[in-house]
Amino acid sequence: MSESATSPLPRPTSLRETALCHWHAAHGGRMVDFAGWNMPVQYASIVDEHLATRSSVGLFDVSHMGRLSVTGPGALLWLESMLTRKVAGIVPGQFRYTLVTADAPTALVVLDDALVSRDTDAADGTPRMGLVVNAGNRERVVAWLRSRLPVSGVELVDHTLETAMIAVQGPSAVDVVAGLCPGDSCMRIRALGNYRGTSATVAGHAAAVSRTGYTGEDGVEVTVAARDAVAVWEAILAGAAPLGGRPCGLGARDTLRLEAGMPLYGHELLSHSDPFALGLGLAVNLEGRTFPGCTALATLKAQKPARVRVGLDLGSKRSAREGNVVLAGAGHTLAGGEVGVVTSGSFAPTIGHAVAMALVEPALAAEGSAVEIAIRDARQPARVVGLPFYRRPTGGGKPPAAG
Amino acid sequence: MLKDVRFAKSHEWISPVAGGVATVGISAYAVEALTDLVFMQLPAVGRKVKAGESIGEIESVKAVSDLYAPVSGEIVEVNTSLPDQLETLGKDPFGAGWIVKIRPDHPAEIDALLDRAAYEALIGSQPH
Repeated sequence: MSESATSPLPRPTSLRETALCHWHAAHGGRMVDFAGWNMPVQYASIVDEHLATRSSVGLFDVSHMGRLSVTGPGALLWLESMLTRKVAGIVPGQFRYTLVTADAPTALVVLDDALVSRDTDAADGTPRMGLVVNAGNRERVVAWLRSRLPVSGVELVDHTLETAMIAVQGPSAVDVVAGLCPGDSCMRIRALGNYRGTSATVAGHAAAVSRTGYTGEDGVEVTVAARDAVAVWEAILAGAAPLGGRPCGLGARDTLRLEAGMPLYGHELLSHSDPFALGLGLAVNLEGRTFPGCTALATLKAQKPARVRVGLDLGSKRSAREGNVVLAGAGHTLAGGEVGVVTSGSFAPTIGHAVAMALVEPALAAEGSAVEIAIRDARQPARVVGLPFYRRPTGGGKPPAAG
Repeated sequence: MLKDVRFAKSHEWISPVAGGVATVGISAYAVEALTDLVFMQLPAVGRKVKAGESIGEIESVKAVSDLYAPVSGEIVEVNTSLPDQLETLGKDPFGAGWIVKIRPDHPAEIDALLDRAAYEALIGSQPH
């Protein structure tokens, strides 16, 4: 009666394929359309994949994310004029979380959230910048950036299709990747601070390695040429498997980032979002800077947001899902009234019950506030809690420095 | 017993009627396709349902699925221990993992459902 849940090879589709797509399908990956890419949502159990990442190592194919380079003598100053986050002071090997915004006549348009980085400068001192953007926003971000070019001394190239990116996350992730590298690469990887990157040779292949991720764990992201992707993936997996490591799909990536309280574009963060209401003020630096959307952002910063992002602890096995309405809890003057909406929710495997992120009115945003969530025909009580839901045991990397 | 059960296209199975009552569960295929089951809501005993009506829900980490009545009738018993032992659904979906017992209004509705061969053909053609 038991039926194999996967076909051996991806069915022909019009979806884009990463360099690892066939590997996923051949190893039990349940392939789904994610932002136009044929991606594994899970191999077997999302819970097992999630817990392996928390306790050991999880490997994630994140090649669908957009990888752009901005190079040339003007690269630094041009990005400084385009991004919400200060770029001018960034040093080689440094990464910063930023928003990509555009200015519409009446309001801010948030095109994406992204990681901006500075690679090692070229031999002649020319800066080489990198930008990692969400898969679903890549094309419009590239189109937006191109619309602001040409600018003398600035070259923008989209490297997404010729490269692959593997996120290796978990308490043993750095050990596993460093263990595949010759002495100098190994030392550079081990020495990486959070939000820092280096070039390295990983399993014999040229790679860019950064101490970044989207799971709340320590770990690295490894970018290689697409042709080297399977070899590097298999080498990392061979190093991770004896420690309990395993390949993970997008399902575990989503529950991991939810526990870590990280916003996801399209869910928490939308094109019309107020970044300050989402707690993303860190990604917006307005002082003495001019970039598309800066005026609208200054207005938002001066206002009290209508709704702010909070964590909700349901304490139940039943999960809230995106779009569920949040109501003021019994006893509140607004009791039963609609005060917010769930933006992401799931059973949280590390926590053992359901949690959610939601946008709620400031009156209900204080930690400990009692709310109810309308989940189909049920009213699920929940409590406002601080984010993140999960914080890894200390001893890992430092939180990203503000800049 | 398995050879006599019938299946709804929505992956519920139903046993032959015995003593006026038929047992309902979900197929092994459905359990495997859902995976990571975390929550289940059962209907109230005594509820009258129509074929195809939602009588409960099964939630995995990823999504919520409705549980549908394969035939019209009255819910006469529910497996109350199941929501606290969802792993039983995976271990024994056609036995201890039964979900509800229903007194069919028209037992012939069961015969109109898919037999095992037809159901296996259905799941063989699905993208999972």
